[in-house]
Amino acid sequence: MGILSWLVIVPFLTTVAVIATPNPKQIRWVALFGTGIQLILTAVVAMKFWALAGAETGEHSMATHLCMVEQFDWFKSLGIQYFLGIDGISMSMVMLTSVIIFTGVLASWNVENRTREFFALLLVLVTGVFGVFLSFDLFLFFTFYEVAVLPMYLLIGIWGTGPKEYSAMKLTLMLMAGSAFILVGFLALYHTAGQSTGVYSFDLTKMAAFQYPTEMQAWVFPMIFLGFGVLGAIYPFHTWSPDGHASAPTAVSMLHAGVLMKLGGYGALRIAVYLLPEGAKEWALFFMGLTTINILYGAFGAIRQKDLKYFTAYSSVSHCGVVLFGIATLNMMGLKGAVLQMFSHGIMTGLFFALIGMVYGRTHTRIIPDMGGLAKVMPWLAVCFYIAGLASLGLPGFSGFVAESHVFMGGFFGNAWHSSTATRTLTILAAMSIVVTAVYVLRGLGTVFLGPIPAYHEGSHHDAQGTHGTHGTHGAHGAHGAHGAHGAHGAHGAHGVNLAKLTDATFTEKLTTGILIACLALVGVFPQFMINLIESSIYPILNRLH
Amino acid sequence: MSIIENPWIIPALPLFSFLIVGLFIRPVSGKLAGIFGTLSIFCAMVAAYTLAWQYFSLDHHGGGARSALLPFSFEWLRFMKGMTVNFGVMVDSISVMMLTVVTTVSFLVHLYSTSYMHGEDGYGRYFTYLSLFTFSMLGLVVAPNIFQMYVFWELVGVSSFLLIGFYYQKPAAVSASKKAFIVTRFADLGFLIGILVLAYFGYQVQLGGVGVNAGQAVDFTFLSNPEVLTKLNEMGVLTLALILVYAGAAGKSAMFPLHIWLPDAMEGPTPVSALIHAATMVVAGVYLVARLFPAFSAAPNALEVVAVVGLFTSAFAAIIACTQDDIKRVLAFSTLSQLGYMMFSLGIATMEEPLGYTAAMFHLYTHAFFKALLFLGAGAVIHSVHTNDVWKMGGLKSKMPITHFTFLIAVLAIAGIWPLAGFFSKDEILSAALESHRYFHFYGGLVIAGLTAFYMARIYFLTFWGKARSDNASHAHEASAVILIPLVILSVLSCTTGWIPFAHFVAIGRELPHTGINMAVAIPGTLVAVIGLLASFFLYRTGDAKTVDGLVSGFGGLYRVIKKKFYFDEIYLFVTHKIIFRFVATPVAWFDRNVVDGGVNLSGWTTRKAGYFLTLMQTGQLQTYGVWFVLGAVVVSTLFWMTVN
Repeated sequence: MGILSWLVIVPFLTTVAVIATPNPKQIRWVALFGTGIQLILTAVVAMKFWALAGAETGEHSMATHLCMVEQFDWFKSLGIQYFLGIDGISMSMVMLTSVIIFTGVLASWNVENRTREFFALLLVLVTGVFGVFLSFDLFLFFTFYEVAVLPMYLLIGIWGTGPKEYSAMKLTLMLMAGSAFILVGFLALYHTAGQSTGVYSFDLTKMAAFQYPTEMQAWVFPMIFLGFGVLGAIYPFHTWSPDGHASAPTAVSMLHAGVLMKLGGYGALRIAVYLLPEGAKEWALFFMGLTTINILYGAFGAIRQKDLKYFTAYSSVSHCGVVLFGIATLNMMGLKGAVLQMFSHGIMTGLFFALIGMVYGRTHTRIIPDMGGLAKVMPWLAVCFYIAGLASLGLPGFSGFVAESHVFMGGFFGNAWHSSTATRTLTILAAMSIVVTAVYVLRGLGTVFLGPIPAYHEGSHHDAQGTHGTHGTHGAHGAHGAHGAHGAHGAHGAHGVNLAKLTDATFTEKLTTGILIACLALVGVFPQFMINLIESSIYPILNRLH
Repeated sequence: MSIIENPWIIPALPLFSFLIVGLFIRPVSGKLAGIFGTLSIFCAMVAAYTLAWQYFSLDHHGGGARSALLPFSFEWLRFMKGMTVNFGVMVDSISVMMLTVVTTVSFLVHLYSTSYMHGEDGYGRYFTYLSLFTFSMLGLVVAPNIFQMYVFWELVGVSSFLLIGFYYQKPAAVSASKKAFIVTRFADLGFLIGILVLAYFGYQVQLGGVGVNAGQAVDFTFLSNPEVLTKLNEMGVLTLALILVYAGAAGKSAMFPLHIWLPDAMEGPTPVSALIHAATMVVAGVYLVARLFPAFSAAPNALEVVAVVGLFTSAFAAIIACTQDDIKRVLAFSTLSQLGYMMFSLGIATMEEPLGYTAAMFHLYTHAFFKALLFLGAGAVIHSVHTNDVWKMGGLKSKMPITHFTFLIAVLAIAGIWPLAGFFSKDEILSAALESHRYFHFYGGLVIAGLTAFYMARIYFLTFWGKARSDNASHAHEASAVILIPLVILSVLSCTTGWIPFAHFVAIGRELPHTGINMAVAIPGTLVAVIGLLASFFLYRTGDAKTVDGLVSGFGGLYRVIKKKFYFDEIYLFVTHKIIFRFVATPVAWFDRNVVDGGVNLSGWTTRKAGYFLTLMQTGQLQTYGVWFVLGAVVVSTLFWMTVN
């Protein structure tokens, strides 16, 4: 059994251990232990990978090939294999997932309701995610993909808040619809290659060696790209994400926005662009336009949100747009930027949702205008929130800046197949998001953390649920007319909670946020390590495009 | 250890201080944070002066510019083959000059703040931010390429945001910090696109085999290479790219119409205004244009934009400054005006007639000291009388003698009175305008100089002369020694820096002839300054509002428009809130919830309804099924019959 199999097995064994643990109080420790092992294992794999592939970078690096391959037949007659491997792209995604699940367990430290089932489902989900990032057989890939997507239904439906059944249903159905497209696309690829070569196989490397007819690529590419795009929140199939995130419990939001949405970008790059280069050339400009809408639309949408989770979810729509935009540039910088943006956005949203969970745990509200001046009582959380916000608006020193600058460079440099005027115009439009992002981040966080703390009135309790969107009267808050405007909604208070009496982060919370911030800063300050990792593995994809 | 071989130590010191103070010292002791921060920046200052000494002692074989050194550089980020961003420290005359300015003012501000911020909530946090700012500013100054410049440009932006919003519980400070960040961010969008354009076309130029040895496409050495510039001009992109980059510079240096954030930024603590919003960060835009001067010089249209916007901003701000009552806002508008002065001085220079370049840098240098002095002096006054309104001050001359004396020096310096620093640098700018036959800029500059003398003297008289006009003002007392020491040092600098033979140190293009004071400029320049001072003296000496009421009502509506800063804040508010939020953001949010999501819900609804109608058919009655069976059989047989025939 190779080390990569262990990366899939450890979370699964942890699931089993969680189910078998007799004492519910110990479950979280078991989960933490398991994910801790996973984190160490990831570090080992990373070092091993670095030793194999990191010595040389660029086109001739070992990382252009798969490393640590484990391959044996599963259903021989159908050409289905158990085929695990790792390259730079997978490596960075595996690192992301390990960090997010570890901190996600920490962030779920206080889940009381059906603890056992909660952690079990969370770990099953992560098993699927690791499987997806490591499989290079499309059948195996799809199996793991479904394993990763399905537990979300239960996680949101049972442990969620607000209209959780609706959100869970919507999320699952939309993602399933995407999966259906993906599956049909996969089968079409499998059959076409099989028919003309006589060897039926789901082996990604074998399929990549086959040149699919251009007219076939032209219809399969958008199918697979959009299928994955649904999970990557591509416009207009993104609406599952705000509802889903808003209803999900903290760790689930973290995993979902942090990791699961990355499966979309990963699939679109690894499978759609890699296998169907001609289709990609045909459609890239269209998708560039669509994702430009994503980027701006998500950002403008975020300005108007009243609920912190909706706020972050729309911001995610914008940032995930950057991922798909990068992929659609079809050049080295754009593709590299896309992968880095997946990593960066994963950590950043993980941090955001973790923080929202922590704030919500104290204030019992997520409605932005109902809060204010929280920096005074919870400085640690405020600083972390601001760091997440600044990372989100692309401040140099955090990974998002490196990723976005790559994507914008890529878009501006364009490629040989599309009009440079079009790609440049779209890039400039997309780059406008850096301003809009600054607007919503500073407005949103400013309202929550800065200014005076709203006065507390005994008995000013009102229902926390379902109030987003109805707070139209709060529209005037925030940026400019701040003279005394904050005092005006003192009457709203925050649902019977005296904000002035709240406490700052606990040790667990400091650990959670500290780990995530360290990741953001490390990659932001020393980006070349990650860039090298990713770059080598972009070459095979790029070579097929030329 | 030779500093000139290890100049990275200068930015590294405040970075070190930021990390140590921020992570370890601040939570334990605020006082220690202040001491540690001040000491580390003191070391950086010593290092900067050592560097300046060593650099300017190097052999300099005549000619204009001294050669640039790049003693420290490493690959930070590789976009792709042939497109690498190096981080490093570039040592040339303007970066060395800026290093000394930034570290000096920063050190004095640190020192001043240890007393000024005493007892404030968040004392340690304040010094953490100051260290972060100083580090970012030094990183910006030494940048050898435009990408590093952008990185640190954003970092100074965020440190400015943090410091303006230092009093985070005060709504005005919060909204001012947001405004500063967002307006400059908007400008930075232009900067970013400019970088994209330069990077892309620079890369193409290198592919064409030109300037291959001049460094990476984003390096300043590459962007100063004449062959490269010619090539970029042939492609027709240089002017556009530079105007985009200038947009970023205009944002940071608060040029019209992006000036609106700077007056509001005065909500921050006063030492911060002195450091960031007077002496260092706001000159980053001027510095950027100077850095790219060879490129600008090759694109006369871009340079013309710099010249025109600079002069306009300078005049615009000077006019507004005459009407403001908040001492810090007057200083803010005065900063705007002086920045415009520097900008237009750059704008009228060329590589052939480079006096304006030297003059702009000279004015940047002297302005940093007397403007910091003005702000710190104003801070001492505000600290004592607890108000920013000059009409509630008065009579502080005898109560705060040292502050008064140093403030007077600064006022005379900025007004351009011989032998103080401002006289020399302003003289040089006006000479440059005259020599390059830019008479409009020359006369414009003269008028602005007169206005400057007028409004500076106005706040001086209102603050220090006449009778105390509020209780606090009558109980005012002199500031502590720690506050006064920086004032005295800065006033000494304001007296002496004008005598530096600046052209000997900072020059570009051809060598400048050593000329003394140009009497054709000095005489009218001094004359307008004296007229401005005297006008102020007659109007404001007593601090009696009645003296000026007649004049104010004489201007009528015009005065109100000026006092309201030409309603620019209102216009911006209208555009952002009424147009962007109401007509873009709100419809997007609505569209998403109702149309896009409506579509999703509709598909769900359709599926359910379709299912419902299908269930209607499952009645469980044999008769119904029989009817359907017969109907179906008929249809199938008909179809079959039709196909057969």
